[in-house]
Amino acid sequence: MAPAEAETPGLEALVASWRRWMLRHDALTEPDVDELESHLLDRVDQFVASGLTHDEAFLIAVKRLGRTDDLSREYAREHSERLWKQLVLDGGGAEDARATDAPGEPLPLFRRANGLAVALLLGVGAGLAVKTVQFAAGVPAAWLNVAVTVLPFLALWFAWRRRPRAATMIGAGAGAAFVVAGLALNLYPFAAPDGSSAGALSTATGLLAMIGSCVGLWLVVGAVEAGGAWRSSDARMHFVRFSGEWAVYAVLIALVGGALSALTVAVFASIDVDVSAFVGEWVLPCGAAGAVLVAAWLVEAKQRVIENIAPVLTRVFTPLVTLMMLALIVAALVQWNVVDANRDLLIAFDLVLVVVVALLVYSLSARDPLLPPGWFDRLLLVLLGAALAVDLIVLVAMVARTGEFGFSANKTASLGLNLILLANLAWATLLQIGFLRRRTGFAALERWQTAYLPVYLAWAGALVLVFPPVFGFA
Amino acid sequence: MRIGKDLVAAAATPVVLGILAEGESYGYAILQRVATLSEGELEWSDGMLYPLLHRLERLGHVHSEWRRSEAGRPRKHYRLSEQGAAVLADQRRQWSVVGGVLGKVWPDDGGPRVRLAFGEA
Repeated sequence: MAPAEAETPGLEALVASWRRWMLRHDALTEPDVDELESHLLDRVDQFVASGLTHDEAFLIAVKRLGRTDDLSREYAREHSERLWKQLVLDGGGAEDARATDAPGEPLPLFRRANGLAVALLLGVGAGLAVKTVQFAAGVPAAWLNVAVTVLPFLALWFAWRRRPRAATMIGAGAGAAFVVAGLALNLYPFAAPDGSSAGALSTATGLLAMIGSCVGLWLVVGAVEAGGAWRSSDARMHFVRFSGEWAVYAVLIALVGGALSALTVAVFASIDVDVSAFVGEWVLPCGAAGAVLVAAWLVEAKQRVIENIAPVLTRVFTPLVTLMMLALIVAALVQWNVVDANRDLLIAFDLVLVVVVALLVYSLSARDPLLPPGWFDRLLLVLLGAALAVDLIVLVAMVARTGEFGFSANKTASLGLNLILLANLAWATLLQIGFLRRRTGFAALERWQTAYLPVYLAWAGALVLVFPPVFGFA
Repeated sequence: MRIGKDLVAAAATPVVLGILAEGESYGYAILQRVATLSEGELEWSDGMLYPLLHRLERLGHVHSEWRRSEAGRPRKHYRLSEQGAAVLADQRRQWSVVGGVLGKVWPDDGGPRVRLAFGEA
């Protein structure tokens, strides 16, 4: 009997694989399976006491639990709410969820609900920081410094969540990035060409520096989020996924927050109390800054709970954007007036390329790497090809025009971004073709996008640090 | 003899509440008790008890608590609430009405039709 026992998996392994199988059913939660497991082991003990071997006893005990489908349906009928995944406020996370409904010590307050208390505290801190800058230096300065004031709190949040191993190194690096960006934004003498002191944001270089600081420091936050592993492709992809989900939550919060603020103003106005100043000066700026943190918290808290929404949106919109691009090519060929188009064209095409890159990245982020290429991958290739074609037409036209009228800060910035995105898409198209022909693995596509992230960081850094002096702070 | 599915389902709640009225218990022990009391006649698949217990808990008829078994395994214990005791008393009245009616339409000797069926008339 001993050799036979050695070949069959032990009871613990059997129970572990049974647990995994049960937990795949949405209607069953971890505590449910705990309870069933306890029952199962009691049954096994009973059968073993009457002379069966462990695996015989296990098989019969599992059989006696009933068919898994029936059982799961029965649980679903009783717990219909579980098929609509809820946000768990007291616990959260697979390992934390046991704390509410299972034996164990209660969690300390700041650890509960995925650290909601910490996120809220940091959110309040971000709101107060924005107001402090505004009181000290005025509204334009608050806008100019928005990334420098708000994003450090997000970086702190990630530092607290992730506890990176090389904490001092990463902290010093991120801190230096924030300080340098802050110094550049505030010490550069941005001045409008007409000499008015309307603030840095009225100048092209100031506005570009502000946008650059948002993008660049967001990527710096990503480095903190990835902790010691910021060089790894997986960790970067994780942050890309986070960014997509964060954007979705931020938009939702902004919509609801805006609607509620408007309602508040209207309700108070109906009883002749004007709260619009209070809402505009306190609720909206503090709420927006706090929402950055709350959205980040939501992404983490709901990450295991619902399907990621950014890839879903990608699936919906990729066919539509592809159609739009193809229509654009046809329209451009028929009209043939791209060369005379106005100067906003390049910026518009930057946005188009950003959308295409985002669609590409988020469809990669949610794809099962093991699946063979399918219709969606072919569609992506069409989209990439169309985007490249349109952009080349526009680029040639714009370069010709720029040669005529010279470089301004805006034109250079959008031209640079255009080239960066074009290079990304060109190589991505080649990789996509290779993938469709099964020459390259899927991993190459993903690695290319994550390896490209530092390029955006470098360009954002250039916008903040190099552009203002080169273009005379105008 | 196997008891029909509908009857088992109808009997499950009063039986479980009745067993819990004897004192707090946990799923496995409840099933053992059902098996002993019915001498194996009243049976349902083991797993189905737990959604039922969860329903009773949601309705507030029972309370639950995680404890540890003698072997150190976590185990969820259920205990009848006051409301559950009231529900049990109510169910008991209903079942005795049904039982009384059945007892009257089915006299001990089986009644005239059964006598007819067995050719004793």
